[in-house]
Amino acid sequence: MSGEQSNSARNYELAHAEVAHQLPSGGWLDTLRREALARFGRQGFPTRRDEDWKYTSLKSIEKQRFVPATGAGAEPDAAWLDQCRIEGLEAIRLVFVDGFFDAGLSAIGELPEGVRVQSLAAALADESEPLKGRLGAVADEDMHRFAALNTAFVADGAWLHVPADVELEKPVHLLFVTTADDTPRLVQPRVLVSAGRHSKLTLIEHYADPAGASAFTNVVTEIDAGEGARVEHYLLQEHDSAAYHVGSVHVAQQADSAYVSHNVNLGGALVRHDIHPRMLGEGAHTVMNGLFLVGDGQHVDNHTRVDHAVPHTGSDEYYKGVLWGKGRAVFNGKVIIHRDAQKTDASQYNGNLLLSPMAEIDTKPELEIYADDVKAAHGATVGQLDEDALFYLRSRGLDARAAREVLTFAFAGDVVARMGLAPLRERLEAAIAQRLPGGGLA
Amino acid sequence: MLNIKDLKVTVENTPILKGLDLAVGAGEVHAIMGPNGSGKSTLGHVLAGRDEYEVTGGSVEYQGKDLLDLEPEERAREGLFLAFQYPVEIPGVNNTYLLKAALNAVRKHRGESEVDAVEFLQLIKDKMKIMDMDESFLSRGVNEGFSGGEKKRNEILQMLVMEPKLAILDETDSGLDIDALKVVAEGVNALRREDRSIVLITHYQRLLDYIKPDHVHVLSGGKIVKSGDHTLALELEEHGYDWLKKEAASA
Repeated sequence: MSGEQSNSARNYELAHAEVAHQLPSGGWLDTLRREALARFGRQGFPTRRDEDWKYTSLKSIEKQRFVPATGAGAEPDAAWLDQCRIEGLEAIRLVFVDGFFDAGLSAIGELPEGVRVQSLAAALADESEPLKGRLGAVADEDMHRFAALNTAFVADGAWLHVPADVELEKPVHLLFVTTADDTPRLVQPRVLVSAGRHSKLTLIEHYADPAGASAFTNVVTEIDAGEGARVEHYLLQEHDSAAYHVGSVHVAQQADSAYVSHNVNLGGALVRHDIHPRMLGEGAHTVMNGLFLVGDGQHVDNHTRVDHAVPHTGSDEYYKGVLWGKGRAVFNGKVIIHRDAQKTDASQYNGNLLLSPMAEIDTKPELEIYADDVKAAHGATVGQLDEDALFYLRSRGLDARAAREVLTFAFAGDVVARMGLAPLRERLEAAIAQRLPGGGLA
Repeated sequence: MLNIKDLKVTVENTPILKGLDLAVGAGEVHAIMGPNGSGKSTLGHVLAGRDEYEVTGGSVEYQGKDLLDLEPEERAREGLFLAFQYPVEIPGVNNTYLLKAALNAVRKHRGESEVDAVEFLQLIKDKMKIMDMDESFLSRGVNEGFSGGEKKRNEILQMLVMEPKLAILDETDSGLDIDALKVVAEGVNALRREDRSIVLITHYQRLLDYIKPDHVHVLSGGKIVKSGDHTLALELEEHGYDWLKKEAASA
């Protein structure tokens, strides 16, 4: 451990000491929190010498003093908040300001019997809620250091439980917003999901900031998908261009369960996602779709890791990136097929479109295969817009700018087409059209 | 309509067109024939505005304007249409989208209102009937997974939608069986009008059985080496191109 690492970790320990008395407490929770803080202190901040952080420098986060949020800041502007709604989507809506649940802005409504959709703070305060042994059970804090940091500060977030054989028809929309003011905040919500046997759940984890907010969000999502359960998980990152985001998603999949992830990145200054499904029961299946649009002043790093731990499981990963200006992105897709995981069927693809000579993508498939009777395919491409196609479109009367936009949109569009929720697809199509750099392309 | 004078073009520093002259009047159909590598396709692409082709000399006047001064999309909006020899597959861009965008680009340029979805659908269905095309083409990606013949039909469909003043067909007949050839010819003939001109670039005479040209030119070695009426095409069919090369060499 270098001195630099322990220094920045030390800052977070000090910050923790200042707010510790405001965090929810209780026997098992105190132990969990203490162990997590010690773990983070020992490991410190990752540096680029760590293989998993080779292409992403955290210096811009380390050199700032983020103040841990201990409650919601100023109420967000109503008109702005309205734009964060997903038009046409009828959802159970929970709004979090600086990581803390805001009941006034939320609309949960009536839930089927046994279903829990509530703030984590309320669940932690209610001893009848079975959080002990669940919180922190799926996340691997040795592998994901920021998960330990999140646990050390855990105070609020969302607790979702769908009992066996229940299909929750309405998607759950978790909207996380921050407050823009002079103090950059450390915002650390926690999402805990328990999907019972043969249950069904759609979850939208959505991040947005008012203009100029430069908070550091460090979020952990733990999903326990029971036998035959289906969890569809949208990660919609629409942070402001000054925001920092580190998040990890940890999924434990029992037999015949399906986990479908759609990871969309449109904003942020520095963003890192780790998505880590583990297939622990036969017949489990994982789908991971991803799209990142990355322009000037942005760095987006997607690390995925799929563990095929048992026979007869499948994974299908499809990530695409569009980069322009001096945008930088990283894709690292690890697929581990363990020794007993015969008949695994794993596929992975990462395609990238570079619209400027200064944009950079580091893409790396990592397949570790310890079983001998498996199917595993992977591919990565990096390219520019097709000159023949551009000329063809222009010869049909489209101007150069429109032709570029159409081709870029077509490149990104097939990831959007994989998403099940139509209102979300529509929002994304509009957001993509708006985000694309258009005529400024070199 | 089109007046090409002493046009010289190089591709990657290799001269391809070496002083080409061609005048096409309104309502005329011209066929440009010639052996492989004579510069036929280069001519089509230069006229459409492909920028990999460098014009090193000569001039091209189109409807009184300097054509070489216009961007590819401006040429298209001004009524110049190139049917590609190898139409590009563009997955993810819907065929209907392109047809509608092309039509509206032209209409807007002419100062006409854009067509709405209902008008467009009616219009496109009529044109597709001419081209013997199934409606399923509308929902597919542009040329995506189309057979050679389907791509060529799609080119002519685009042409019928855009209603150009000058249509240049670059080897549209190549790779077509006789039935498809008839359909394509029917599409082209449907467009013929006294204020529209057509330039057929082709290696073979057979297309000219269905679209009768007013003038036939032979392009060889980057120049027009012989011009005549439609009987020249029959002569070429019978004797091939060798006798012309010899004639040109001895001249």
